[in-house]
Amino acid sequence: MTVTQTDTKSDVDAPAPVEKEHLRRLLATGERPAPPSAFASARAFAWRSMLKIKHVPEQLGDILVFPIIMLLMFTYLFGGAIAGGTGEYLQFLLPGIMVMSIVMTTIYTGMSVNIDINKGVSDRFRTLPIWRAAPMVGYLLADMFRYAAAGAIMFGTGMVMGYRPEGGAVGVLLGVGLLLVFCFAFSWVWTWLGLITRSEKTVMSISMSILFPMTFLSNVMVDPATMPGWLRPVVENTPISQLVDGVRGLFDGNVDSVSVLTTLIWSAGFVAVFGFLTIRAYNRK
Amino acid sequence: MSQRDLAIRAEGLVKHFKDVKAVDGVDLEVPAGTVYGVLGPNGAGKTTTVRILATLLRPDAGTATVFGRDLHTDAAAVRSQVSLTGQYASLDEDLTGVENLVLLSRLYGYAKPAARERAADLLEAFGLSAAAGKQVKAYSGGMRRRLDIAASIIVTPKLLFLDEPTTGLDPRSRNQVWDVVRTIVAEGTTVLLTTQYLEEADQLAGRIAVIDTGKVIAEGTPGELKSSVGAGSIRVRLHHADQREHAQKVLSGALAVEVALDDDPVALTASLAPGLDTAEQGSHVLGELARAGILVDDFSLGQPSLDEVFLALTNRVDA
Ligand SMILES: Nc1ncnc2c1ncn2[C@@H]1O[C@H](COP(=O)(O)OP(=O)(O)OP(=O)(O)O)[C@@H](O)[C@H]1O
Ligand SMILES: [Mg+2]
Repeated sequence: MTVTQTDTKSDVDAPAPVEKEHLRRLLATGERPAPPSAFASARAFAWRSMLKIKHVPEQLGDILVFPIIMLLMFTYLFGGAIAGGTGEYLQFLLPGIMVMSIVMTTIYTGMSVNIDINKGVSDRFRTLPIWRAAPMVGYLLADMFRYAAAGAIMFGTGMVMGYRPEGGAVGVLLGVGLLLVFCFAFSWVWTWLGLITRSEKTVMSISMSILFPMTFLSNVMVDPATMPGWLRPVVENTPISQLVDGVRGLFDGNVDSVSVLTTLIWSAGFVAVFGFLTIRAYNRK
Repeated sequence: MSQRDLAIRAEGLVKHFKDVKAVDGVDLEVPAGTVYGVLGPNGAGKTTTVRILATLLRPDAGTATVFGRDLHTDAAAVRSQVSLTGQYASLDEDLTGVENLVLLSRLYGYAKPAARERAADLLEAFGLSAAAGKQVKAYSGGMRRRLDIAASIIVTPKLLFLDEPTTGLDPRSRNQVWDVVRTIVAEGTTVLLTTQYLEEADQLAGRIAVIDTGKVIAEGTPGELKSSVGAGSIRVRLHHADQREHAQKVLSGALAVEVALDDDPVALTASLAPGLDTAEQGSHVLGELARAGILVDDFSLGQPSLDEVFLALTNRVDA
């Protein structure tokens, strides 16, 4: 990755004086163009988010390194104990750990929204006559790129470690696609949280305390068949487990269409409920 | 004044945060095409008022229209006529100057090439071309302010809110901002400007509302506000101390008031009768002194400062 060198010191010379004649001309020619479409405004915000990655590339580090650590750690730490061998366990683990680590990084979106909303810049965005959801959708679109990058890196690392998807390239692409759809939808929970909480730290702690149990109480690490009878139906039916089943099936080449469908329904539900709550909170700010 | 000539008409705006009465019944009538000053100390409710008028905050009570459009029922129409330069830079600090302006131009609806062109033009007009590629977080306070104002005129607004545009700027940057404000208003944009500096309101604004603890405590032209507090004075420093007695006679003759001799042996001060036009009296007196052959080193028209106005007004409320 290339790191863009950016100045953070105030080393700029005193600016040139304001050119009044030029300014007058600009004022005279500042007619309002037709407002941008919903898509164009969301795309502009996505571009902004990509520029932020360019200027502060460290933020990508977390998102790319964390999944690899998870993959290595769980494969070699638990592989022997849980599945009797790391090779077989990797085959089982990779789709699940990919889901887990990428779903975990969705909370960054909520934190970014929260940081923005407490700054003057969002006052400016909110006085623009644009689609109200555009700033959030822009973030999510750029996040899709980050998630896809994280997915690709995990997949590459997995291949190096010996992972082989039975579902082939198409299965893998569809599986990652399903994961991205879910992440896009699920992120609205955090955008809403980002808008109604006071600081990004609050967003972090609340979302962590939801996500940790949600991702561990799932079929990511272990087959629910090994769990006590009362826990099994709970674990099997969480949205995360359904997603993991869907992705795993696509990767493995034996598609579990019920899980895929259930995941899509959950996704639609998240967008409908939390998308609505997000926009309402945004308008009330 | 008819509804049409008003940029803003606000009635009974109220906004409370828990038990803080940030805005507590504000009425405003801002004539179109002028600079209107909202003057008040820290915590007076200036920012809260501006945020309500820019559709960013919903008032608990009261109504307001911007060019006849209701803030609440017609917010989109209001947004398409106003722009806001907030008290704290309304820019993305991580992005460069040019990226900020291109982003906002895109959000206003400019196509990409037009957005780039507009951004470059604005940067040039505001003397920021050299800093265009730097992240905003590396900008000085004065540069940030300029970029912020540039962002507010990507599309020329009918009404521009400037929330404390010169707080924290050095005198040079402040003067530049003043020049920009004058240019903007000369091109037909109405400007609502908040400030803690009486001098700034006096310099720029046609009318001023003085607010304190969420209420408008006085409203009028700078001159009206001053004369509501007291008349001004004329202070003269002479070239020759021995002309002072003569000067005293000339002044008291010309103004029909008593003229005091200062401790400074070459200076004397005449307090003007209330209700007189200070400026007119000033030039009259200067003419009389010249005719009498009295040499003057320094001549000042001591209008009551807005500081005095403000102190007088706030004390009156406290009392
Ligand atoms: N979001 C908020 N929550 C709670 N209190 C607030 C909020 N915004 C403003 N206040 C309070 O309302 C009062 C008025 O604040 P406001 O920011 O409007 O004042 P101001 O005149 O702009 O002051 P300054 O000159 O310091 O910018 C203050 O007492 C402030 O603490
Ligand atoms: Mg303020």
